Amino acid sequence: MSRARADEEEYWHSSKFRAFTFDDEDDELSQLKESKRAVNSLRDIVDDDDDDLERVSWSGEPVGSISWSIKETASSSTSSLEGRDSSLQKGSSSYAAFPKQVSSYSLSSLFKGELCLSLSALSDTGVKNYAPELRRPKADYKDYSSDWSPKDTVRRMQRGKVCSLERFRSLQDKLVLLDEAVAGHDGNVITAVMLTYFTHLKISLCPVEILFRELEVRQVALCHLIHFLKETGEQKLLLDLLRLCFFSLSFQLSQYREHLNIQDVEKRREFLKGCIGLPFSAEDTSHIQDHYTLLERQIIIEANDRHLEMAGQSEIFRKYPRKASILNMPLVTTLFYSCFYHYTEAEGTFSSPINLKKTFKIPDKQYVLTALAARAKLRAWDDVDALFTTKNWLGYTKKKAPIGFHRVVEILQRNSAPVQVLQEYVRLVEDVETRLNLATKYKCHDVVIETYRDLKDRIQLTAYKCKVERGSAEEEKINSILNNMVRNSY
Amino acid sequence: LSSGRVNLTALREAGRRELREFLDKCAGSKAIVWDEYLTGPFGLIAQYSLLKEHEVEKMFTLKPGRLPQADVKNIIFFVRPKLELMDIITDNVLREDRGRSPQRDFHILFVPRRSLLCEQWLKEQGVLGSFIHREQYSLDLIPFDGDLLSMESESAFKECYLESDQTSLYHAAKGLMTLQALYGTIPQIFGKGECARHVANMMIRMKREFPGSQNSIFPIFDTLLLLDRNVDLLTPLATQLTYEGLIDEIYGIQNTYVKLPPEKFAPKKQGEGGKDLPTEPKKLQLNSAEELYAEIRDKNFNAVGSVLSKKAKIISAAFEERHHAKTVGEIKQFVSQLPHMQAARSSLANHTSIAELIKDITTSEDFFDNLTVEQEFMSGIDTDKVNNYIEDCIAQKHPLIKILRLICLQSVCNSGLKQKVLDHYKREILQTYGYEHILTLNNLEKAGLLKPQTSSRNNYPTIRKTLRLWMDDVNEQNPNDISYVYSGYAPLSVRLAQLLARPGWRSIEEVLKMLPGPHFEERQQLPTGLQKKRQHGENRVTLVFFLGGVTYAEIAALRFLSQMEDGGTEYVIATTKLINGTSWIKSLMEKLEPAPF
Repeated sequence: MSRARADEEEYWHSSKFRAFTFDDEDDELSQLKESKRAVNSLRDIVDDDDDDLERVSWSGEPVGSISWSIKETASSSTSSLEGRDSSLQKGSSSYAAFPKQVSSYSLSSLFKGELCLSLSALSDTGVKNYAPELRRPKADYKDYSSDWSPKDTVRRMQRGKVCSLERFRSLQDKLVLLDEAVAGHDGNVITAVMLTYFTHLKISLCPVEILFRELEVRQVALCHLIHFLKETGEQKLLLDLLRLCFFSLSFQLSQYREHLNIQDVEKRREFLKGCIGLPFSAEDTSHIQDHYTLLERQIIIEANDRHLEMAGQSEIFRKYPRKASILNMPLVTTLFYSCFYHYTEAEGTFSSPINLKKTFKIPDKQYVLTALAARAKLRAWDDVDALFTTKNWLGYTKKKAPIGFHRVVEILQRNSAPVQVLQEYVRLVEDVETRLNLATKYKCHDVVIETYRDLKDRIQLTAYKCKVERGSAEEEKINSILNNMVRNSY
Repeated sequence: LSSGRVNLTALREAGRRELREFLDKCAGSKAIVWDEYLTGPFGLIAQYSLLKEHEVEKMFTLKPGRLPQADVKNIIFFVRPKLELMDIITDNVLREDRGRSPQRDFHILFVPRRSLLCEQWLKEQGVLGSFIHREQYSLDLIPFDGDLLSMESESAFKECYLESDQTSLYHAAKGLMTLQALYGTIPQIFGKGECARHVANMMIRMKREFPGSQNSIFPIFDTLLLLDRNVDLLTPLATQLTYEGLIDEIYGIQNTYVKLPPEKFAPKKQGEGGKDLPTEPKKLQLNSAEELYAEIRDKNFNAVGSVLSKKAKIISAAFEERHHAKTVGEIKQFVSQLPHMQAARSSLANHTSIAELIKDITTSEDFFDNLTVEQEFMSGIDTDKVNNYIEDCIAQKHPLIKILRLICLQSVCNSGLKQKVLDHYKREILQTYGYEHILTLNNLEKAGLLKPQTSSRNNYPTIRKTLRLWMDDVNEQNPNDISYVYSGYAPLSVRLAQLLARPGWRSIEEVLKMLPGPHFEERQQLPTGLQKKRQHGENRVTLVFFLGGVTYAEIAALRFLSQMEDGGTEYVIATTKLINGTSWIKSLMEKLEPAPF
């Protein structure tokens, strides 16, 4: 079945038959068989690898597919020049543009305008293409009359037909036409109408204020214009428009988006500073304010640290040279950086982690996670310890982790902490089952043994004996506990 | 393509015909310069051989600089109407050596439509006059499979919902007119959503304005169902669990092709053993022409393994038969089956490898955790508070798209998030991934994927219960309900299609009102001679058009409904783009400039 289908596919791919015999099933079938035979015999000659049904190059592109052929023909591109006359082509363009009359139906004759000339083509070649008129249906004769309603005009434009927009002179007429275009949902036409009447590609034909007043009530058209200006990089008009569009959040964000195009950090910072004043929603304003403050901070840190690194005085920079600049990095990355290089600095300095935490109101959880990852990477276990130690007012110390000790263990383990360090934190995991799992997974034998002891689980403890090294201190410990348990239970 | 209820080869043939007509207009030898994005879709219409028959000798990809030397009479640009592409073309044309003889003629073919904007742009650059033919090729609906059409318009959803640019809807309506020209007027149109309403209006208007399009073809489709993607924002966000859906989620299927890591596809022949392992990704075409793939593509992944092993047994048994072949006749028969068997074997080998690759991922802890959270949300558990798993993923800097998918899913399943929860997520994302993502978050809010809860009422549970979106007793091996495609969640969009067929939407008026956009019904009059007299037991054919994209899992669910014995309806699916949660969210993200280092 798949064979037959594949063959049929093959037939379509290699078909030389131009006419599609639509209603004549039998004929098509016999042709199919015939062509199948031909194709098959052909393949025997061309193709000696019969493993697959279809010829496929290694990259999987069937041989003969378009993307495969591009590579093929491009690589075998020849560069010979040959005399061939082409002088006739120029100048006769408008005539050559008429499609041939199609015998049976085709998609093009159904919906596409027979005369595919657009506004711009109109001004190129003039409206004097009357000759092909003769071949077109009667209804199209009024193509060249000039009294279409705005509605008709838009319809014609959608079909790519010639139409004159010059007769819509008054602003009112133009706006009616624009509304029609918007109702037609065809962005192509909407933009064309906008461009013809209200702006030219380079200059605004009508004062921005008037343009804007009319577009304010025509949001769809406005979106199209803004989109177009963005695409063409028409900054001045775009920003003029945006300034007038303060009522809507999305337009302010468009303005904010501009900062991404500014490569120079100082200029970018200045630009962001300007954005803070825009009337965003309350939370957005605070985020943008933070963005600005962060970049400002990063510029200071970067200058400072580059200097330190170059001077070669600071040990940490010598030992762990920076991989990239900190500019434009996210806040958490910046915090990590500062925990890595500037952990011990006093709160007053811009680069200290505590300062970052306070300035940006970084939640405890986030802060601890980041600091832990950074200090663990440096294998500064004392700092790790200090991170979780709290003193109460009596002077007793207590271990506390806002992220849960199982997470602490995971992070430490990922930074290949030694077992001694690891088990200290495994022991602090509250949930017994999680603790046992982690301890077993990371071979913290002492913790496993103690936990089973506390659970008074003889069976598990005995079973665990085979997991520890023979003759080791752990084995001894298990044995002594087992002995104690026996004694106690009698 | 011809295997389905509706023979889509006719559509492809119409496309080829139009292409041939254009090529013949440019007399003489030709070279085509391709906008690379178009080669995939065009590959589904025509092969190189067709172009070659029409004197296309060379093909290049479009890039700035001088055009490669090629001794041809015509240079044809096949491009989408995009301004940045116009700039490249301008560059190509300006650098063309004017002194060379013979001079080459330039033509331009816009796909899918000519754009006044682009032509104006070319004119400004002073090169418009260089083009002899400037035409359009309306590649609206491309046949992907026997029952699947796509416009492959990547940004359709974004344009409709973020930029209020409905040009893609206009193209959808045009594509539907083409379909009607080939397969007859569709008598009944149902729809749900703003965009659906627009498309239906345009279709009706176009029909009125082209009285000539009143055709005399017996209608093949009984019903058209137009669905807005934003009626069901939930479904694409969830991880698809069908075989094809997972291939797409993990590796991404482009124009029926998928690229896979090559390690598992090492050449099996002895002779090639000396060569190194291939390093280029392995590219495979996936469609129902492959017998095995047609059988497993729409199954839940958990049911794929058993099919593969069953097939393996059958094939090895078939190969064993050669020992029993005694007479010359028997041997001859065996040999004649050999090519088919070998094809089946290589297809089996490929899919076993793919299944292994996928299994590595689906059995990972993270995949499981992610799925658990998704399923909790969809069944309505803890959707109103900050989720621990999401927080952990942010802390570990998992890919942003994954985070956004989960948060959007939570928001949709809770009819919006509590302001506090939303603010918390936003803050975490901006601090961890960078403040510039405020733009992306804003886009998601605009599209309705992420929003604060406005009323205190959460409609999702009502919708879930009425439409039976969550099924606890799901059968993955032998499904009895569409919910198998997400192992429990029944895609809302497909449920709407199912309920429309039986018992009709009147039974769910209340829920329809809770979903965004209007719902409607239109009838297109048929000439009396063409009205269908239904044979007893004959299935109805419904075309479901997803405006804004459809996932493979939804397609699988519709195919499942087509195959139900007492279903009574067969479905053909059309869409603006085949999507999955990742590609969809990506299309809504702001394209951020790459970091400057």
